[in-house]
Amino acid sequence: MQELAVPLNHVLFVSTLLFTIGMLGLMIRRNIIFILMSLEVMLNASALAFIAAGAHWGQADGQVIFLLILSIAAAEVAVGLGLVLQIQKRFKTLDMDDANRMRG
Amino acid sequence: MLELALFYIAASVALFATVLAMTRTNAIHALIYLIVSLLAIAVIFFLIGAPFAAALEIVIYAGAIMVLFVFVIMMLNLGEEGDARERQLLQPHIWLGPAILSLVLLVELLYLISTVEGPASSGSVSPKDVGLALFGPYVIAVEIASMLLLSGLVGSYHLGRRFLDRGL
Repeated sequence: MQELAVPLNHVLFVSTLLFTIGMLGLMIRRNIIFILMSLEVMLNASALAFIAAGAHWGQADGQVIFLLILSIAAAEVAVGLGLVLQIQKRFKTLDMDDANRMRG
Repeated sequence: MLELALFYIAASVALFATVLAMTRTNAIHALIYLIVSLLAIAVIFFLIGAPFAAALEIVIYAGAIMVLFVFVIMMLNLGEEGDARERQLLQPHIWLGPAILSLVLLVELLYLISTVEGPASSGSVSPKDVGLALFGPYVIAVEIASMLLLSGLVGSYHLGRRFLDRGL
């Protein structure tokens, strides 16, 4: 059983790759829907790293942090999508280049 | 051996689906690829001995959060012109710079991780252990998460209510 298990560094490779893809998406996309999706991918990649570390030491702590990441993702998406609706109503576009000016 | 093969298959599905999701121009297509990626990550969770996390990944991420995305995209009713604009923004000269910079960071990180030894799973962590840890030493984190969710609820209600009051 021990030698057949998945190596920890391979799981961490996958997590790193997913995080980088999410970060790239965050940098190259201008549509706020895709920006929120990239944030989801990045949060998910870090959750994968936590689960892998928790499985490595056989402790439940990794999954506890996964639950916290899950609730953060849910709250962030709820507020983010509310903002998307407001931006669409106010600027008639989802392009963040058209909505990059601050006004008090 | 089977476990390892399944892990590599699930990992490649997750990576391909995420890349495809990030490069689509249509938001709904990207969302479907993202759901495939989340399902593949749930398989990885299951394989490294976290069945409870795998179930939550499917129920909450693929079930609840992605449905929220679908509803908002349906409300926005993005047309063909949005598609064309996204296609125009995805030219190589836009993404080449960020891609090279993140590639450098990725290679550094992969090099650091390659020094890690040992298996990821030496047995599975049962939901009972997770529950005991969650409401034992981590009970303050549960309180903080409940406050976070409450503030998320109030914030999204505030933003969405004004949207509905004044109409589309």
